[in-house]
Amino acid sequence: MTSSVLTRPDTPATRTYASYSRPLWQRVLLTREMAVIALLVGVLVWSNLNVPNFNGPLTLYFLFLDITPILLIALPMTLVIITGEIDLSVASVVGLSSVLVGMLHHDAGLSIPAAAVVALVVGAVCGAFNGFLVSYVGLPSLAVTIGTLALYRGIAVGLLGTTAVTDFPEKWTTLAQDRIGTSSYPVVLIPIAVLAILFALLLHFSPFGRGVFEIGLNDEAAHFTGVNVERTKFWLFVMTGTVSALAGVYYTLRYGSARGDNATGMELQVIAAVLLGGVSIFGGRGALHGVIAGVVLIGALSSAMRLESLTVNVINIVIGGLLVLSVMSTSLLAWLSALTSGRTNGALRLGRRRQAAMHHRKGDQ
Amino acid sequence: MKFQNRLSALAAVALVASLGLTACGGNSDGASGSSGGGKTTVTFLPKNLGNPYFDTSDAGGKAAVDEFGGTYAEVGPDTATPDAQVPFINTAAQQGVDALVISADDPKAICNAIGTAQSAGTKIVTFDSDTSPDCRDLFINQATAEGIAKVQVDEIAKQIGDSGEIAILSAAANATNQNAWIELMKKDLAADHPNIKLVDTVYGNDDDQTSFDKTAALLQAHPDLKGIISPTTVGIAAAARYLSTSEYKGKVALTGLGTPNQMREYVKDGTVTSFALWNPEDLGYLAAYAAKALVDGTITGKEGDKFDAGKLGSFTVGADATVLLGDPYVFDKSNIDKFKF
Repeated sequence: MTSSVLTRPDTPATRTYASYSRPLWQRVLLTREMAVIALLVGVLVWSNLNVPNFNGPLTLYFLFLDITPILLIALPMTLVIITGEIDLSVASVVGLSSVLVGMLHHDAGLSIPAAAVVALVVGAVCGAFNGFLVSYVGLPSLAVTIGTLALYRGIAVGLLGTTAVTDFPEKWTTLAQDRIGTSSYPVVLIPIAVLAILFALLLHFSPFGRGVFEIGLNDEAAHFTGVNVERTKFWLFVMTGTVSALAGVYYTLRYGSARGDNATGMELQVIAAVLLGGVSIFGGRGALHGVIAGVVLIGALSSAMRLESLTVNVINIVIGGLLVLSVMSTSLLAWLSALTSGRTNGALRLGRRRQAAMHHRKGDQ
Repeated sequence: MKFQNRLSALAAVALVASLGLTACGGNSDGASGSSGGGKTTVTFLPKNLGNPYFDTSDAGGKAAVDEFGGTYAEVGPDTATPDAQVPFINTAAQQGVDALVISADDPKAICNAIGTAQSAGTKIVTFDSDTSPDCRDLFINQATAEGIAKVQVDEIAKQIGDSGEIAILSAAANATNQNAWIELMKKDLAADHPNIKLVDTVYGNDDDQTSFDKTAALLQAHPDLKGIISPTTVGIAAAARYLSTSEYKGKVALTGLGTPNQMREYVKDGTVTSFALWNPEDLGYLAAYAAKALVDGTITGKEGDKFDAGKLGSFTVGADATVLLGDPYVFDKSNIDKFKF
């Protein structure tokens, strides 16, 4: 007992040394995020060479249009998962926001921007409700958001029934699919890029973001170092709600149809992409560039497999398998690196997961 | 330390951006190109996969594509929603397939995607379920209201010897298509079958139990009833189930619109002699030939255009760029085992 107590203060110092003993290029390139990015580049290059029509001008255009809602929601979802929480209600908020835009435009005669603003406010309220229950009532986010997943979807389907609103002004449906000039890039990439930069600044370059990581590693410790755990989590849920509503507005205009069952099951695609991008489901670890690469990777794989005329079942199996592998690889890599560093410090074999997390934590200090 | 870490993060972001840009740049100069030279590529996109009805129709499509030596493909989502259908329409545009045969999950929501595919040179044929007429090239209509009404009256007349009391078991009282068919049946009865008397119309709301109960009540209320027409697949199956276990089995005739899978056992045990629907296999077959005619330029979709559809013969394009498959198909003991939907 005594010896373990005595050795503890030494281990972080050793780890710090170990993690900085490698040169900069290794620390930048040998990360999970870079592995995902490398995989993405590999898939893009391979598909360009081998998949018929993948190198066509429409591929990237459709790819970005398809992944836009997932990419949007993945941004705040990354922060939520890094705190060790989860939000399963996002796709239901997309559906609810879609229905609201449809009904407010069609039945109440509001213009699209006005309807969108109302939908965003409702999205924020939905998120705030989740956040309130999780942060201030102290319920587990998994249980809360499974409940609101059903609740928000129920409201969405209840409002519009089985009908669909499909008469949106062409000006807006065209905007949702417009290209930047004559390039392959849709206009929606501009707001996405702005949001991605904002979220990257928030997560990686702000005290708030530092708090997000600390909560994920140990929320009690975070509390004692001055992080307002409740408030941080609350605002993160408000963010996911609002951004999901924004994705719902886009979804409605992109497909020109407001339906209660829009985006059913999208929460799983979002969470899959976030985890694939290297975010730990246990919290405390992850980076936005990996997540963005994860989303694009799933989109590119689906696109390539559709071009190969594979059925949707095969596509689901491949993406599901990839996700399981990526989650397993976290533990596997940590175990491997523990084995190698075990030569200098055998005690590190214990607590592999914590060690993986500590690398990151130390990196931020 | 802090600075270095931020630097590395920034470096990583810059790297991602540059990778993304190079990947994209490499793509933009690629040519789209339709697949191959001579072979006509036809892709079938049903409402969803794993649906026996569409398995049958797409099998008909495949037979036709094989006959004229084209390349056939079938793709589709696992749920019948328009947003799930759109990526497959997009993929067809990317592949530059010559024709896409769609059963639309929504009349309007997929029109934008169809427009993109059309501008990429793909011909769009809808079948089974249409989009707005302005966004596709051709619609293959399975049956007209007149044809559906007439076949059911003809079948019941044949089975009850053209005289006696009949009743109708419909779906909901406000169902537009049901009411249109019932009106046409009444006209047809008055004009051509003066000895048949329509004594009652009841509504089972397309609910199995309600339809079952209404059938029972109908037979109680009209002891001289000789036949029932149920122009809804739910209604006819429920009525057949009631008749098959009651004393009226074989005495009261039943016909209407049903599917072979639901009706097989009642046709075999003698409860039902015949019922009608269209033949989805022929529908897919015709759609494939129509797609081929559009691609070849034989037809453009304007009224009066004629094209040849293999074993089904010659067809003419009607108003609103619609091609009618023909009279509904009558299923009975002799042919029901050929159909698996």
